[in-house]
Amino acid sequence: MLAEVEGLDFERPVVQLEKKIEELKNLDVNEKVDFSQEITSLEKKCEKLKKEIFGNLTPWQKVQLARHPQRPYTLDYINLLMSDFVELQGDRGFADDPAMVTGMAKFKEETVVVIGHQKGRTLQENMVRNFGMAHPEGYRKALRTMKLAEKFSIPIISFIDTPGAYPGIGAEERGQAEAIARNLKAMSELEVPIIVVIVGEGGSGGALGIGVGDKVLMLENAIYSVISPEGCASILWRDAAKAPEAAKALKLTAQDLLGLKVIDEIIDEPLGGVHRDIEFVGRHLEKKIKRYLNELKNLSVEELLRKRYQKFRLLGEFIEVQPSRKEKTEIKKEKK
Amino acid sequence: MPVEEPGGKKSVPGGLWTKCEKCNEIIYNKELGKSFKVCPKCGYYFRLTPKQRIKLLLDRGSFRENYANLKPSDPLGFVAVQSYKNKVKQDQKKTGLSEAVISGEGRIGKHKVAIAILDFDFMGGSMASVVGERVTRLIEKAIKKRIPVVIVSSSGGARMQEGVLSLMQMAKTSAALGLLDRGKIPFISILTNPTTGGVSASFAMLGDVIIAEPRALIGFAGPRVIEQTIRQKLPEGFQTSEFLLKHGLIDMIVERKDLKNTIVRILNLFSS
Repeated sequence: MLAEVEGLDFERPVVQLEKKIEELKNLDVNEKVDFSQEITSLEKKCEKLKKEIFGNLTPWQKVQLARHPQRPYTLDYINLLMSDFVELQGDRGFADDPAMVTGMAKFKEETVVVIGHQKGRTLQENMVRNFGMAHPEGYRKALRTMKLAEKFSIPIISFIDTPGAYPGIGAEERGQAEAIARNLKAMSELEVPIIVVIVGEGGSGGALGIGVGDKVLMLENAIYSVISPEGCASILWRDAAKAPEAAKALKLTAQDLLGLKVIDEIIDEPLGGVHRDIEFVGRHLEKKIKRYLNELKNLSVEELLRKRYQKFRLLGEFIEVQPSRKEKTEIKKEKK
Repeated sequence: MPVEEPGGKKSVPGGLWTKCEKCNEIIYNKELGKSFKVCPKCGYYFRLTPKQRIKLLLDRGSFRENYANLKPSDPLGFVAVQSYKNKVKQDQKKTGLSEAVISGEGRIGKHKVAIAILDFDFMGGSMASVVGERVTRLIEKAIKKRIPVVIVSSSGGARMQEGVLSLMQMAKTSAALGLLDRGKIPFISILTNPTTGGVSASFAMLGDVIIAEPRALIGFAGPRVIEQTIRQKLPEGFQTSEFLLKHGLIDMIVERKDLKNTIVRILNLFSS
């Protein structure tokens, strides 16, 4: 898989070196010449290089990794972590939206409802998947299957990976804003556990539209932001080329968001990103989802909803100054 | 969800006369006041400040502001060309408000209500931590006191300078409206020009009754973003109140002069 694509600018030295090692290994087999020493030394060099390049990624580099053309998508995680997946399609109102995948599957012997944005791997696929940008019917389909989960007491797992909800004529005609808003309210009230995993791009309202849950996990190099760095740069810097600065200012990395309590836990990726070893992430993710599902199942519905409400209720930072004397008398009056 | 700044639009100058922003008609200020800031010639809706909106909707002298003690901080230490801190100070000075929303309690035709009014002149009416917190506290208070909620929106969306925390206010306010539902307490959402982005994609579109002022821009994405994405010109009247009404997304369009009366009639029906 790696040899086919050049990779991102900053990962190219690693990709090239890996390609060379691969070639030597092939020669080693075919020509019956012993390159093993050279291979070992190159492999060492490669490991060092990986640490140098990937050990301290900037927010902008993480944005690029989150959008990496080889990054695993929702269906990749469903295939990896689940079995017996049955896709459920259509919003029962207008259309099926292939930018959103929903269905039922087995996760560790247990039935779950799974929803997630789905990007395409090729241009043709993206014509269908719309680059993972859902229309209102995508959000309505997700809500429909989540209601199904609630009806049969099935927990929900949501994978987030979208540049944003689609900004188009049809999307506006059919109420993109309403579809997202309705999901936010409905997800805060669904009487089954919801685990959200941000696996790639968490693009604003389009991400949050399936992002309200009891636990929010995030892959190490995923991003989650109120606006794309390019959009932010073009408005606040009046120059889209300042996207790397905007990426830094927006505090959109998993590490930033853990600090702001927007997410509960970071899922480690292998050095250089999940596309280099999806199994690595799969093992961690499986363990974490299992643990949280067990934890959440032990809560009463009341407790589950109370905690979910509080989780989002507490987000935000502001200064609360002492109410003025006049305000205090008002408050006293009210209490009486 | 970007917040578009009001692009170089002149505020209504003091003095005797005002020039209509749309048809350039010179209007006598007294006349403009009488028509609730609607151009008598072309029907253009000037923006109302929250104070003017309170005067328009609430029974005289009944408004009591709450949560004014919540002030914006700078959780991300955000600096672009201009720092967030400076921008906030500048807009506080410009509007005389501490944030992009005023919340409080008052009476509309004798009905006690919890009301919030967003101000587009304060950072594009954008929602960040304080707006989200004031709206949420207002809804929670309305549940406790069992009084209807009225929110007048005008906003470009979630505020960039508080990053994902702004986004999370969408979830927070919407969840609070979920509790309001369970309390079976009505929420009337009033959409004014413009209501887009994270505000339309949260509480603004969740009203039990949704009323829009005529010809307001209402939508999820801003028209420029859509044009850039689809690379074609948008149809005439796209994303106006009239467009939303036609597509079944709002209940009604009500002229400013009839707005209070309409709300009273609706509250009467809910309260009997």
